[in-house]
Amino acid sequence: MSIDVSKKLATGSVTRDGVAVHATDLCRCYGEGDTAVNALCDVSIDVPTGHLTAVMGPSGSGKSTLMHILAGLDKPTSGSVEIDGTEITTLDDTALTKLRRKHVGFIFQFFNLLPMLTARENIVLPLEIAGVKVDPDWFDEVVGKVHISKRLTHRPAQLSGGQQQRVAVARALISRPTVLFADEPTGNLDSKTGGEILELLHDSVETLGQTIVMVTHDARVATIADRVLFLGDGAIVKELPETTPEEIQKAIQEIGRR
Amino acid sequence: MLRIALRGLWSRKLRTSLTAFAVVLGISMVAGTYVLTDTINKSFNTLMASARADTSAVVSGKSLVKNGATSDQPTVPASLLARVSSLPGAASAYGVVETESARMIDAKGDPVGPAGPPALGFGRDPASIGRDGAFKIIDGRWAKGPGEVAIDVASAKKAHVSIGDTIRVEGSGPLQSFRIVGLLQWGSSNSLGGATMAVFDLPTAQRLFGLGGRLSEIDVIAKDGVSPARLVAQIKPLLPPNAKALTVDEQIKEDQSQWSSFAKIIRYALLTFAGIALFVGAFVIFNTLSITVAQRTREMATLRTIGASRRQILGGVLTEGLTIGALASVIGIGVGILLAAGLSALMGAIGIDVPRTATVYAPRTFVISIVTGVVVTLLASLGPALRATRVPPIAAVREGAVLARRRSSRLRQIASGLLLATSLAVLGVGLFGSFDQSSQRLLTIAAGCALFFIAVALLSAYFARPLARIVGAPGSTFGGTAGKLARENAMRVPARTASTAAALMIGLALVTFVSVLAQGFVRSIGVAIRKQASADYIVMANDGYSTYSNAVAGRLARVPGVEKAVALRTDTVIAFGKQISITGFDPKTASSVYKFDWQEGSNASLAKLGGDGAIVTDSFAHKHGLGIGSPLPVQMPDGRKLRLRVIAVNKQPELIELLGEVTVSEKAFDAVYRNPKTTLLTYLRTTGGESEAVAARLRSALAVFPSVQVLTEKKAIDTQSSGMNTLLAMFYVLLGLSVVVSVFGIVNTLALAVFERTRELGMLRAIGMTRRQARRMIRHESITISLIGAATGIPVGIFLAAMVTTALSRYDIVFSLPVSSLVAFTLATVVAGMLAAILPARRASRLNVLEALQYE
Ligand SMILES: Nc1ncnc2c1ncn2[C@@H]1O[C@H](COP(=O)(O)OP(=O)(O)OP(=O)(O)O)[C@@H](O)[C@H]1O
Ligand SMILES: [Mg+2]
Repeated sequence: MSIDVSKKLATGSVTRDGVAVHATDLCRCYGEGDTAVNALCDVSIDVPTGHLTAVMGPSGSGKSTLMHILAGLDKPTSGSVEIDGTEITTLDDTALTKLRRKHVGFIFQFFNLLPMLTARENIVLPLEIAGVKVDPDWFDEVVGKVHISKRLTHRPAQLSGGQQQRVAVARALISRPTVLFADEPTGNLDSKTGGEILELLHDSVETLGQTIVMVTHDARVATIADRVLFLGDGAIVKELPETTPEEIQKAIQEIGRR
Repeated sequence: MLRIALRGLWSRKLRTSLTAFAVVLGISMVAGTYVLTDTINKSFNTLMASARADTSAVVSGKSLVKNGATSDQPTVPASLLARVSSLPGAASAYGVVETESARMIDAKGDPVGPAGPPALGFGRDPASIGRDGAFKIIDGRWAKGPGEVAIDVASAKKAHVSIGDTIRVEGSGPLQSFRIVGLLQWGSSNSLGGATMAVFDLPTAQRLFGLGGRLSEIDVIAKDGVSPARLVAQIKPLLPPNAKALTVDEQIKEDQSQWSSFAKIIRYALLTFAGIALFVGAFVIFNTLSITVAQRTREMATLRTIGASRRQILGGVLTEGLTIGALASVIGIGVGILLAAGLSALMGAIGIDVPRTATVYAPRTFVISIVTGVVVTLLASLGPALRATRVPPIAAVREGAVLARRRSSRLRQIASGLLLATSLAVLGVGLFGSFDQSSQRLLTIAAGCALFFIAVALLSAYFARPLARIVGAPGSTFGGTAGKLARENAMRVPARTASTAAALMIGLALVTFVSVLAQGFVRSIGVAIRKQASADYIVMANDGYSTYSNAVAGRLARVPGVEKAVALRTDTVIAFGKQISITGFDPKTASSVYKFDWQEGSNASLAKLGGDGAIVTDSFAHKHGLGIGSPLPVQMPDGRKLRLRVIAVNKQPELIELLGEVTVSEKAFDAVYRNPKTTLLTYLRTTGGESEAVAARLRSALAVFPSVQVLTEKKAIDTQSSGMNTLLAMFYVLLGLSVVVSVFGIVNTLALAVFERTRELGMLRAIGMTRRQARRMIRHESITISLIGAATGIPVGIFLAAMVTTALSRYDIVFSLPVSSLVAFTLATVVAGMLAAILPARRASRLNVLEALQYE
């Protein structure tokens, strides 16, 4: 693991102060006037490098909203987000695109693989788009990690959901992003497969030093997350470092009751 | 990115090829037109060059009148021949008579050969005729002396005659009989575009075609060692003012240029229709790509989240456009080559067989076809591509995040409105503005129409929903649940329905436009003719526009029962530097049929016409400031100058004007125009009006003039309109191509809709919709879209026709709706809609319910 981190440090995609994403006073308001919804209120959060940060909370509590804003997919009504030391809320589309190529990875609930490309092509797509050459050793390492080497020539339609999500994880890892965002990556999978994907993400944090922010409803995340944030009505209502599923259940019920 | 785009296309093969097909037809027409005209051009050029193989120089008459608008063919005096032959540089020289009015008549009295191509007649010295490459005798010998003729093999076959038989030929006078002494062919070709050929000896031809003492040209062969240029230099001092001498190469160029300017007209006419088909095709491509881009919103957004820039997305969609364009062009060229072969076979079948040495595939054909195809598709894909760049990355995760853009939709409204205003302004300028050249006017009008169509297409998105409600009502009422759902489906994405219908709208608008205009013309022709003259019978050439023998009127005047026979001669003259039309009539009888509308002068003025008097039309007088007594200098086609004097000014309608800008007495006319075939119309007044007995006598008197027909006034007017109907039919066929393209557009939209609604269709089938109902649902949707096309296209066509009618109001063109045609168009649209639905409906009905429901 130490070797991998040093490799990352050499490429400069990890900030030295150990914070990959730094967000302050985020607010997101949908709509106007009477129908206005404050999906996010004064949320500040630091995502430490090499950590898996989990975000949990009841439906409609603003998890996805937070995630989209942190990843630069959506702009906050107010507040700021820095990724790798760069303020992203004021960037134009071109600069955001460049930032995404280098610093941001995504894993989606519905996989979002391109149906006409094979697994291999899907995995290297971000590099291809960025015009970066594929490092074969790194490719092998990533593919080995997600256990998909035998299915590389298959198309998404020929893969199971779990396999598709593995391909998606590999696609997110291939460009060694500063931070990887995952919004309910197991939401569309059965419990066992979902567990495998969680394990895979955990492994990439452990062995590759990947920074991950993940939204999930799966309490098992407790065993792998370095920290669990709880959102309720658009605000961070609780934070648990190194926790257990039982604690999480309790926290959820607690928040739900409010 | 490129690869993704190509892969995407490959994975949607059927959709891609359907999309491509939208431009294939247009491109095939472009390629086909070029291949066909190039081939015909090349063949004619080779023929023309080979025809003058041994000649060194050619002496011929000059005509100041362009475009063959005169019956006064350029000739040279026959006396010139002897002087040219005796030149030191000339080895020999021979005279040639050549005309395009030697119609052969077979034993049954029917004309030989089709009506369009010329009936060529030649006068040649039998001693010299075999020398050049033009004619080859196949059987028998050349004609020698009066009463003999050699005719082309093809005509002999058509007339079922051979050597020794008699054939009748109508020259510039009554029919004459000739004995066939030889069968010939032109060069190595056995066809000359359907033209017939009759070759006589020189004096016989001069007599037959009314060219006494004159020759069409003199072909000169140089002595060894004398260059054509030197020969021409020797000839020049001998030439009278209206003659010219050219080296053989110059002459061949001139022969070819006449033909090629004709070929150019055909080419541009066909290319215009190809352009319309491409314009419609662009709509279809735009629409199909818009739908596929919308369907791939999530895919595009995902690409954005993993680092694709807007430019890359743009590039991706444009690459698709480029590929579709290139693919379509290549297929289009292939189809075009087949089309050209098919067309020339078709022309052969109706007797206009094209001489084809070898099909010409000029590199230019391929370049233009491919460039056009690619550019049209690229332009059409620009809109969808730009829209794709606006897909926000967040659409990858959020279904509803797709472009809620109120401001830009208002912007679109404003832009469409502005475009509409602009298009109307351009149309207005094109129709009512003044232009130096009519080609500029046409281009302006075309641009205006194109913009107008685009504007209507954009705006139709706003009224597609109510329109669908209305035109979908019958289906919804009688089609059961399927019909109701179909109407809802058509209204679901109004913009999509509207732009699919827009493609059809264009074709229908143009069809409606020509049909309304044609009806207006037909009505106006009758009105205009009746307004100017009245008679019991009118005599005209079979084709309605050729001039015929001046002997006809005299012959008919002697038929018992005929009171008056008034002939109108017509030709071209140059006045004030412009070609104008000149008429000759007998001033003593003219007022008995022609209703003068004097602006200056009166019927009494007719007596003053004499040898140099002229009646001018009001508009001509106004333009050049003429009044009674004004001198009017004019120039004949051969350069002779005449000094006429205005004796009266007559008001005339500007459509189907029976008299030319200048009218002179028949005597004066005949004194200057040598051709004895200058009569355009002969008006007959009979005692007791129309009667079968008189008609029969008239017909028998005209038996020796088979190219001329006698008609009642009403029939004569109908004949004028029937020419319009032929033209109209041609327009319909050529515009039909655009309609076919737009039908493909409907197929595309529906196929994509079926694809998009797979789940929904599966659900409907699962809860009990039969296959039949599923098919009916798609079919009704298709018909609804088509009817929206009709409901916009027909009014747009009527509107455009009304604009043009207004612009042409000085021609008294009435605005009249061809109701039955419009009903027929609407019915045809319904049929088109049903045809378009076949494939998508089958897809929808064959859907596997289980798979459809599992489908993600
Ligand atoms: N585009 C939008 N327009 C208006 N309101 C929105 C929009 N997106 C989200 N919201 C609102 O913002 C709030 C937070 O939504 P968000 O999607 O972030 O919740 P979530 O925590 O991800 O819920 P879930 O667990 O169900 O995914 C909700 O009240 C939602 O209704
Ligand atoms: Mg969510």
